[in-house]
Amino acid sequence: MKRSDAPIDQGRRAFLAGSGLMVSFALLGSWRAFAGQENTLGATILAPDLPGDLKIEPVLDAWIKIDARGVTVCSGKVELGTGVRTALWQVAADQLAMPLERFTFVTADTALTPDEGYTAGSHTMADGGTAIYHAAAQVRQMLLDAAAAKLGVPARELALHDGVIVAADGRQLTYEQAAEGVDLHQRAKPVSPDSDPSTFRYIGHAIPRVDIPAKVTGGAAYVQDMRLEGMLHARVVRPPDASAQLESVDTRAVEAMPGVVKVVRDGNYLAVLAEREWQAVQAMRALREAARWRSTRRYPGNDTIHAALKALPQRIYVTTREGNGPVRQSQHAAPDAAPAAPSPATLSVGFGKQYVIHGSIGPSCAVAVYRDGMLTVWTHTQGVFPLRAGLAEWLGLPKDKLRCIHVEGAGCYGHNGADDAAADAALLAFRTPGRPVRVQWMRDQEAAWEPLGPAMLTELEAFADEAGQLQAWRHALWSTPHNERIVNAGRLIPARLLARPVASAPSAPIPQPEGDADRNAVPLYRIPSVRVDMHFVTEMPFRTSAMRSLGGHINVVTIESAMDELAERFGQDPVAYRLRHLDDARAREVIQRAADRFGWNGGQALPDGHGVGFAFSQYKNLMGYCAIALEVKLDKQARSVQIVRAVAAVDCGQIVNPDGLRNQIEGGIVQSSSWTLYEQVLIGEGGVRSVDWSSYPILRFPQAPVAIDVQMIDRPGHAFLGAAEIAQGPTAAALVNAIKRITGHRPLHLPLARQDSPLFA
Amino acid sequence: MNRRQKILAGIGAAGFIGIGLFLALAIKPAIAPVARPDVALSPALVAQGERIVALGDCVVCHTAPGGRAYAGGLPLKTPFGTLYTTNITPDRGTGIGEWSFEAFRRAMRQGVSRDGHLLYPAFPYIHYTKVTDEDLRAAYAFLMTRTPVHAPARRNELPLPLRFRPSLAFWNLLYLREGPEPATGDAPAERGRYLVEGLGHCSSCHTPLGVIGGEKHRESMQGGVVDDWSAPALDQLAAAPQPWTAGQIVDYLRTGLASEHGAAAGPMRPVTENLGRVPREDVQAIAAYLLTLQKPLRTVEPPAPPGDQDQRIDRGRQVFAGACAECHGEGSPMRGAMGRPALAMSSAVFGPSPRNAVMTIREGLAWPSQPGSTTYMPPFADVLNDRQIADVVAYLRSTAPHAAPWSGLDEQVAHLRENRP
Amino acid sequence: MIELHVNGEAHRLDVAPETPLLYVLRDDLKLNGAKFGCGMGQCGACTVLVDGRPVFSCLFPVSSVGARPVRTVESLGTVERPGPLQKAFIDHQAVQCGYCIAGMIMRAQALLETVAHPSEQQIREHMSPNLCRCGTHMRILAAIREVAAQGRLPGAGPQKVSA
Ligand code: FES
Ligand code: FES
Repeated sequence: MKRSDAPIDQGRRAFLAGSGLMVSFALLGSWRAFAGQENTLGATILAPDLPGDLKIEPVLDAWIKIDARGVTVCSGKVELGTGVRTALWQVAADQLAMPLERFTFVTADTALTPDEGYTAGSHTMADGGTAIYHAAAQVRQMLLDAAAAKLGVPARELALHDGVIVAADGRQLTYEQAAEGVDLHQRAKPVSPDSDPSTFRYIGHAIPRVDIPAKVTGGAAYVQDMRLEGMLHARVVRPPDASAQLESVDTRAVEAMPGVVKVVRDGNYLAVLAEREWQAVQAMRALREAARWRSTRRYPGNDTIHAALKALPQRIYVTTREGNGPVRQSQHAAPDAAPAAPSPATLSVGFGKQYVIHGSIGPSCAVAVYRDGMLTVWTHTQGVFPLRAGLAEWLGLPKDKLRCIHVEGAGCYGHNGADDAAADAALLAFRTPGRPVRVQWMRDQEAAWEPLGPAMLTELEAFADEAGQLQAWRHALWSTPHNERIVNAGRLIPARLLARPVASAPSAPIPQPEGDADRNAVPLYRIPSVRVDMHFVTEMPFRTSAMRSLGGHINVVTIESAMDELAERFGQDPVAYRLRHLDDARAREVIQRAADRFGWNGGQALPDGHGVGFAFSQYKNLMGYCAIALEVKLDKQARSVQIVRAVAAVDCGQIVNPDGLRNQIEGGIVQSSSWTLYEQVLIGEGGVRSVDWSSYPILRFPQAPVAIDVQMIDRPGHAFLGAAEIAQGPTAAALVNAIKRITGHRPLHLPLARQDSPLFA
Repeated sequence: MNRRQKILAGIGAAGFIGIGLFLALAIKPAIAPVARPDVALSPALVAQGERIVALGDCVVCHTAPGGRAYAGGLPLKTPFGTLYTTNITPDRGTGIGEWSFEAFRRAMRQGVSRDGHLLYPAFPYIHYTKVTDEDLRAAYAFLMTRTPVHAPARRNELPLPLRFRPSLAFWNLLYLREGPEPATGDAPAERGRYLVEGLGHCSSCHTPLGVIGGEKHRESMQGGVVDDWSAPALDQLAAAPQPWTAGQIVDYLRTGLASEHGAAAGPMRPVTENLGRVPREDVQAIAAYLLTLQKPLRTVEPPAPPGDQDQRIDRGRQVFAGACAECHGEGSPMRGAMGRPALAMSSAVFGPSPRNAVMTIREGLAWPSQPGSTTYMPPFADVLNDRQIADVVAYLRSTAPHAAPWSGLDEQVAHLRENRP
Repeated sequence: MIELHVNGEAHRLDVAPETPLLYVLRDDLKLNGAKFGCGMGQCGACTVLVDGRPVFSCLFPVSSVGARPVRTVESLGTVERPGPLQKAFIDHQAVQCGYCIAGMIMRAQALLETVAHPSEQQIREHMSPNLCRCGTHMRILAAIREVAAQGRLPGAGPQKVSA
């Protein structure tokens, strides 16, 4: 099978070809991704000609090892709760023609696996899956060739069957036998041998996830479940806010508590280690009470944050697309005069969004041990290699004396507290040689100290001709960074708290076309002149970083609201109006499929208080396509908004695991509706005030949608496009559009449906 | 007629008059059904009605758990038996769809149904009677524009004599002073009086009841018991260790949480949810009026503390560490970042009866049906046994400044468990 | 010494009496099913059954358990022989990260042991104390519904164990 992995690469190439862009970033010097050396997930590109993550790890035996013990496949990607472990495994199994149980599959361990940077941004299948797809195909061919030589028959007369190579005359070789004398330590080739999809037993099939049986029966599945011999339990005590200085703490009483092994105090860093977990919890409480802090900073509140974003120091990144040309991005120190747009605007609309949290159900946790000069950290980070680099820099250890091993944590939706908790464990183990240390954050610590999903503001002006055809588009947005990954030790919170703190590296956004706060801000719609001004606020009142879909959530809400408003303005059906502005056949198909399946006909007759909404986006304009139609019920008396029926149509290229994909889309719709309807971090003068699930309520069962129907369009032979984040934007936008239909007013502030929402007035 | 006959005749006459009077009180004519509401349902009037109905808390009693709003069916447990609230949606068969405004007004003023039967005084017509015609008309307009729900009335569970409704006439004779109140000034406290005594019917819960279920007027607002919860005295708000301010009362009534005094629980919680929807000035008026009712602290002789008080407090402190401290301990996130008061300051711990402390521990505070409110507490009825509840309550009480230990704690805990399956 | 009956076995444990049951189950009995999520009774990740009722083990002083039997997800079945709810969760692939799932299964178990054919609304209300951040709700509901359709689940047999 010839694969076209083209869409993403073309997008990148087209983008990189924009010459003005290269110049402006070369001048800047801070944007390493554009030097062609590092991809957006923090890994260095060594072989730009190879597919997927073979670009960053081109040597075959980094991915696949065959020795006397059997076949081992390695991936630098991690399981974050989306089922990718099974999906990657499936890809390897089919390409190697081996059943899942016949080979070992290892993920993210700095001692064993390739460095694929972070597992994020729906890149896992696109980059990691593609790499395994090709590496396995190439290794398979090498095994066949070797077997052919050993058996003295042409390779094409050999068949592969369950990990055995069979000749026409019945002679067999196991892979291990065939691999003898074969050197897999070689560079992969840009083109792989074809595969016949009709032989696939895994790819494209709803293979049950390998991790589920243990998870439903109480097997050890998470880093939280690790119990090492002699392990100490640690708890940290964090300052009341990021500015607070520890004025005094009398640790004697805490040190005398039962089971307490030691109290660690270093600058503003406080932690306690105890023999048993409950002892650690009680000691933490006592330590918290004993500590006196002085805060030096006042924070904006929920009412003032958007004004604050406009006023804080910022850089401006302008992205343009003229005609059918490439997307170009450049940076400015201050707003320049926007090129004259045909005025006045046909439509202006803008949205405000509050800070949100990832809110994994299990607060962050890590285990570490420092023994014989070697520091080992078990962590649920998204990137074991960047974490190792940050820890090595901080603790002054050579990288080969530090090993980071990924073990699953609770669901991860972006840059949460995992790395910081790993740094806690590393520091405490480093200072307690010989004994493993387990650090478990408490709920309030996770809520207050995980990097938040940024508060944002958007302002959009759209210009159309009399017939309603879009002519120009001006989108401005304000946000703090969405990508404060571990590029240096200062990105780790514990490193900032010590008496000798490490400063965080300067912030830099993920460039277009992937985008940061401006992710998905360039509409896919045909518009002759598009300009997006991202006001990249560099002084963060609250630390923010990556959370599913980054700015895409609010940008898609903004774009898709505008499309609905414009359709209404010109008396057109919103679905038809979108199609009228779309050339991309795959985009058109998901929209059509969602509309047909939903029975969209514009003027649905619905019960009182019900309304329908539609929205679409292609994630990052490069990845999965997703169109969603919703029926929503607004009950003012009960103060509730509920999705009665959702139909999603998605195209994520070649589908590896249909049930896994469906699961991701269902989850995305539920999670995004929770964000959109209910979620906001409560902030005030003293900082974050919502530190539990009562002050930060999320969707519960009674509020879950009544029904979700996911339509999947399979594209065998096309690139894997990733799915975990593609529903976030369209779900939110469809909700806003439905509410506009019900009430006649477009809500412009998220979240939409908290108790005091004007919706219920 | 001799003297004896005269006396007999007199008694007879008195009897006749009595019976006549009784019949006049107990038997009311039906009011003819109407085909459609006989008040012009203008949007402005409906909007005003929404406010009146919220202030009157109608939805609280007239909605069953999980049921449709205003469709009735909520069981009201009284010392006399269980009553079920009725459907006040404009359904023609089972609701008030055929009621004229006059029928509605008579129900609100006299406690008489459209067909003439007397309503049980669990329906607080003795307070609603004070509401002005104007406001009644608005409430009527609002209710008549709700979605009709077919919901037949459930049979009340009452002992036989009480099922005989005309007997209510005597009750009315004792307790009903038919309104409306003469118009009052616009000063906040005056408006507040109208809301507290009329629509809000606060004293239905916050005044102790006599043996036949009427409010003891002499002890008005001195606190009552409803549904096993204490409805605290409303005339001691200024006498609390941290006297309530008007602002705190307003916050409490509108959000269910006062920063210095704790959270609304039990039957008070839905009341605060309703008051969260009415204009702020209404709640300010209520607060202003309540503050005019304040009396000096009524002191009760502190009972002798139970003998094992110290051990009990120690045990309670332990239970607190395992079950409560994550949220309520010193320095806990709830008290730090979220700014909640120490439990020692909450009226449930400081008040004269342990009832609400015990009830709250046992039953917790349910999640609000809709996200956005921040008060929640898990129930501990299945977790802690009687002794542990009593111990932890005794411990909490010991942390409250100048509060004498509660006596009879064990009995109270056992009683509340038995009463609440 | 505290005596504790967990999944049909009696244990004598040397733990502080106020220790929340969660830590005893996880650290002393080395059971992974009950999870730490919030420690405040707000998320249900730590849900286990005590005397057949779903409780938050994170707020349950171990000394309060007394003679009441404790059941965790480990008692319902194994990877090889999953119990009915476990099997339904596998069949529906009702897991994303799975961190919430053991608590979900235990809460559902309590419902299905007491109510033969709960309605959709009953299931949703009953499950509402438990949070799932991954948004697996639709599948969790589907798995519970499937088992609910089969009738009441048998309880753990004789409930009381003598102290
Ligand atoms: S951990 Fe017990 S309810 Fe969250
Ligand atoms: S499956 Fe991840 S929290 Fe529920």
